[in-house]
Amino acid sequence: MSEAAKDSHISVEQQRYATLLSWGSRSGLAILVVSFLAYVLSWMPARIPLDQMPDVWSMSAHDYLLQTGAPTGWQWLSLLGWGDFASLLGIAWLSGASLLCLFAVIPIYARRRDWVFVGLCIVALLVQFLAASGLLTAGH
Amino acid sequence: MLNIALVKMRDMGGLLKANALLLLLSLSLFTAGAFAAESMPAASTMPWWGWAIALFITCFFLGIVAVPSGVGGGVLFVPIVGGFFPFHLDFVRGAGLLVALASALAAGPSLLRGGLANLRLALPLAVLASASSIAGAMIGLAIPAHIVQIALGITILGIVILMALAKKSEFPEVAQPDKLSSALAMNGIFHDAARNQKINWQVHRTPLGLMLFVGIGFLAGLFGMGAGWANVPVLNLLMGAPLKVSAGTSSFILTLVDSSAAWIYLNKGAVLAIIAVPSVIGMMLGATIGAKLLHVLKASVVRKMVITLLLFAGLRALLKGLGIWI
Repeated sequence: MSEAAKDSHISVEQQRYATLLSWGSRSGLAILVVSFLAYVLSWMPARIPLDQMPDVWSMSAHDYLLQTGAPTGWQWLSLLGWGDFASLLGIAWLSGASLLCLFAVIPIYARRRDWVFVGLCIVALLVQFLAASGLLTAGH
Repeated sequence: MLNIALVKMRDMGGLLKANALLLLLSLSLFTAGAFAAESMPAASTMPWWGWAIALFITCFFLGIVAVPSGVGGGVLFVPIVGGFFPFHLDFVRGAGLLVALASALAAGPSLLRGGLANLRLALPLAVLASASSIAGAMIGLAIPAHIVQIALGITILGIVILMALAKKSEFPEVAQPDKLSSALAMNGIFHDAARNQKINWQVHRTPLGLMLFVGIGFLAGLFGMGAGWANVPVLNLLMGAPLKVSAGTSSFILTLVDSSAAWIYLNKGAVLAIIAVPSVIGMMLGATIGAKLLHVLKASVVRKMVITLLLFAGLRALLKGLGIWI
């Protein structure tokens, strides 16, 4: 018997959230490790050579972008052929792991007419999408 | 009789070994810090892989002590790596958020399934804290690094005081839930394995808790730290959630709060895989060992060691920001 089934006081939406979060975080970590190995073991070329990293990692993010021409926002997606940017895929995956979970529990709350939590999930999703969108800009 | 004596001796042997390990850990962390600090002016003489390995080892040890001491890895990571490694604070904070996020994501599913994290309690608090963490991240990336460094030092020293003085209440008494928590049904039941009984819980002072979570989210985004050090006292001491539910729900809240802030750092180019990934992997492996040592290590000793480490790292951050100890 599963842990969830034994603990009947755990709500259906919480169980669904947990299952999806587990898949999201495990797959994200797998992507992170594989892409990082491809980067540091030179299976994939690095856009900024690894031996030059000590020259740039002491700069502020703003100076680093100016010096290296590294992309901002979602432009790194067009550079997935490079090991240093392929590694960002796992990081973005982990950062977005909660999105699917929030989507998935909305129908459960809606069926129960728990409109406050439907609204909370939608607001949580909007906050995450706003953060991920790259529309919010700040910098040195 | 003989059996009891043997068991006692074995326990004492385990305790001695654990404390020797602890001493080794603290010495390693101090040595790694001092070594890295001494090496900084000649950072370019050490190859990239040397720093990556040093970072991995440091995070591995931080992960071991993070679990038994009850603080998140992120709160240890930012001041220690920011103080003693040659990386700019922007990248350290970006990596710190990912360290805290990855740890929270790894623990989140089992906490939810076990009832130690509660979705109804977490969601309202997490929504506000996520929004404010975005503001914190944006401001943190906009102001000069030495100002952030000074503020970080002061905050870490504040955390040291909080850790040294804060009390915990395993099952706080909540005579009556407030109107907001009743309306949102922020209550539940969890199975306490230690007592083998189901515990009903509810919370109060929800409006104040929500306001404090706005501040906590802001600090998480600003400094790139997980905010378990603040989440747990607010949930447990202020709102009255049982300690285990507070710790579990705090960890789950970080999955939403840290991801919002992490997106800002990622979009602003403040995440370098060469810093973030060894940190995440090292911390997670260390935390796995830390969780296994949880029953062997003396939590109060680990806690004192972590408080000392944080005191040292907080002073370092403050003096570095003030330009006294570069």
